[in-house]
Amino acid sequence: MGKVIVVTSGKGGVGKTTSTAALGAALAQRNERVVVVDFDVGLRNLDLVMGAERRVVYDLINVIQGEAKLSQALIRDKRLETLFLLPASQTRDKDNLTPEGVERVITELRRVFDWVICDSPAGIESGATLAMRHADMAVVVTNPEVSSVRDSDRIIGLLDSKTLKAERGERMEKHLLLTRYDANRAERGDMLKVEDVLEILSIPLIGIIPESMDVLRASNIGSPVTLADARSAPAMAYFEAARRLAGEVLPITVPGEKRGIFGKIFARRAA
Amino acid sequence: MTIFNLFRKQRSAPTARERLQVLLAHERSSNGSDLVSVLREEILAVIAKHVQVDSDKVQVKMDRDEDVTILEIDVEIPLDAVSQAA
Repeated sequence: MGKVIVVTSGKGGVGKTTSTAALGAALAQRNERVVVVDFDVGLRNLDLVMGAERRVVYDLINVIQGEAKLSQALIRDKRLETLFLLPASQTRDKDNLTPEGVERVITELRRVFDWVICDSPAGIESGATLAMRHADMAVVVTNPEVSSVRDSDRIIGLLDSKTLKAERGERMEKHLLLTRYDANRAERGDMLKVEDVLEILSIPLIGIIPESMDVLRASNIGSPVTLADARSAPAMAYFEAARRLAGEVLPITVPGEKRGIFGKIFARRAA
Repeated sequence: MTIFNLFRKQRSAPTARERLQVLLAHERSSNGSDLVSVLREEILAVIAKHVQVDSDKVQVKMDRDEDVTILEIDVEIPLDAVSQAA
């Protein structure tokens, strides 16, 4: 039985889709069978970030409505044999996403894959609550910025009340993925520090992804950053996070810290 | 830590942190459910049986930790109310 993970945040634009793609590819690179599921019905983007936008024939809604088989809707990644995508519908209304339908699809995926990673839409509406409903664990994507932290706090509350695990009285495993972190700005006191966000949200940290051009570059070419440039700083941070998801215990590295004197001069100019 | 720091704007991150802590303490107690207000009413009723307290002197707060939720109850009882009850 595979594990179901929801990648969620409440706030939009903090890096849910980027993180879903990067973590999915990172786990698949460990030869585990991974499916990334786009729950953002009407505003799908995971297909684009994964570089599979032209290969979408059937989607999650088609499967739920019985218009296509799950095997017809799954798209195998061209680079990684064990990585699959289940796209969201671009045209259909999100009301087509029924609780029963979602349950059936997730149950089926869990049987076939080691990891089912659900990319949640922003907000706290039905799309977001359905994406988290069957999760065994949650990755809460947060930027070191006030509105993102507040929305994450709200989402943590929903994870503890609206999920099947919570309703059964079990403890929902939640992990913080801090994205777009700039260690230099945090050091200067102009950005919330890792410790600040951790203290406020009180959930364990699974990784710190540095603010980086490499993330945009990867989405430009339609490749998860862990595949586009595996040696870049954000990719290494995602690999680390994926290993922690898989249960490894690793010390957290704060990317971008310990710059040399030239780095410092350069950083000051850039800022 | 150079002389240039004197001319720099004040650090904004501590302000962000403080604002969030105040806001979220409030939102956590109001969002979750009516639990906090129900608890507040019932606790107030129990205390009122024995001592006279002002209803706005009873503070009930929920805070979240990694493993547990902390229920904080803060009741201000005036000294003369205690002596009256005793």
